[in-house]
Amino acid sequence: MTILLLTLYILVGAYFAGLIGSLTGLGGGVVIIPLLTLLLNVDIHYAIGASLVSVIATSSGSAAAYVKEGITNMRLGMFLEIATTIGAVLGAFLSSYIPAAYIAVLFGLILLFSAIMSFVKKNTQADPVSSKPATWLKLGSSFPDEGKQIPYGVRNIFGGFGLMGFAGMISGLLGIGSGSLKVVAMDNIMRIPFKVSTTTSNFMIGVTAAASAVVYLQRGYIDPGLSMPVVLGVVLGAVTGSKILVKANTKSLKAIFAIVISVIAIQMIYKGLSGKI
Amino acid sequence: MSSEKKIFKDADVKLMIGSLLRWGVIVSMSVVFIGGLVYLYRHGHEKASYHTFNGEPLFLRNIKGILQNVAAGKGRAIIQTGILLLIATPIARVLLSVFSFLLEKDYLYVVITLIVLGIILFSMLSGIGG
Repeated sequence: MTILLLTLYILVGAYFAGLIGSLTGLGGGVVIIPLLTLLLNVDIHYAIGASLVSVIATSSGSAAAYVKEGITNMRLGMFLEIATTIGAVLGAFLSSYIPAAYIAVLFGLILLFSAIMSFVKKNTQADPVSSKPATWLKLGSSFPDEGKQIPYGVRNIFGGFGLMGFAGMISGLLGIGSGSLKVVAMDNIMRIPFKVSTTTSNFMIGVTAAASAVVYLQRGYIDPGLSMPVVLGVVLGAVTGSKILVKANTKSLKAIFAIVISVIAIQMIYKGLSGKI
Repeated sequence: MSSEKKIFKDADVKLMIGSLLRWGVIVSMSVVFIGGLVYLYRHGHEKASYHTFNGEPLFLRNIKGILQNVAAGKGRAIIQTGILLLIATPIARVLLSVFSFLLEKDYLYVVITLIVLGIILFSMLSGIGG
C-alpha cells in the first residue's frame, strides 16, 4: 500500500472515530487505536502515539468552549492534574517495558469498562456541603443550569485523587483520555454533579496527555506521517459531532456504540491473548 | 465592590484561556495540514511500513532536530512542528493559570499549578523519554 492511500484510509477512519467519540462522549482514542491496529496492521506503539496527539487536540478544542461557559471547575481541575500528570508520566515510562500483547488486553478491558459505564446513571445531585480538606482547597463551586447558579460541594478528595492518578497512568499507557475513569472518580467518589465532572475531566485530559506525549515524542513513538491523518481526521470528526449532537437521539446512539465498542474490546483482548498483535 | 472586580478578572482570564486553547488547536492543525501536503507530495507514492515498530529517526525526536529539518523543507518535520505546538497548547494553559491565580492572590493555587508545571518539565527534561 502506498503512503498516499494509507493516509486517505486513516483520514476517513479517524474522521468517523472522532465523530463517534464526540457523540458518545468516549473520545476518539478508543476507536482510533483498534482501527489502526486491527484493520490497518499498524504497530500498537505508533497507534498509541498518534492517538495521544489526537486526544490533546479534541480535549483542548472542546475545553475552550466549556471554560467560557463557566461550567469547568478550574481549581478542582488544577488540583487533580497533579495526580493525572504524575500518573501519565509513569504510564508513558512503563509503556515501553510492557509487551504489545499485554497493552492490547489492558486496552480491551478499559474499553469494556467504558462501554458499561456509559449506561450507569450519572450523578445529577448537587450537595452544597464540602468535606474539610475540600473546603480548605476551595474546591466547592457553582455551575450555571437553566439560568440559575447551582452550588455544589466536593467530598472524599483523597479517594478521588488516587483514582485520578490511576486514570492518568492508563492514559499515558494506552494513549487515550480515560475520561470514563475520570468521571467515576469525580461523580461516584467525590460526589460532583456530572455536568461539572465531564467538562472538568475534559479540561484535564489535554494536560495529562501532553505530559505523556513529551515522553512518547522523545522515545520516537510519535510518527508524523501517521499522526497527521489521525489528528486531522479526529478533529474534523469531533467538530462534526459537536454540531449534530444537539439534534441526535443520544440515548439510542449510545446503546449502539456501546455494543460496537464491546465487540472491538473483545477482539482486542482476543488478539492480545492469542499473541496476534 | 472588590468582589465585583474579582469576578470581572476571573471571567477575563477564562476568556483568555478559552481563546488560547482554541487558537492553539487551529494554528497547530494548520501547520500539520501544510506539513502533510508537503510530505504527501514528496513521499505519497512510496510504500507504507508501519507494521513493525522501529521508532522515529533521531531528528524527529527533539525540538532542535525538528526545527533544523523544517528549514530544509521536510514535510515530516513541519508536521512534527505542528504536533509540538499542539502539545505546547495545554502546557501554555497551565502557565496562564499560574498568572491568573497570582492575580487573584490565591497563593495556594499558584503553588498547586507550579507543581503541575514542574511535573511536565520533569517529564520533558529528565531524560526518561530518551
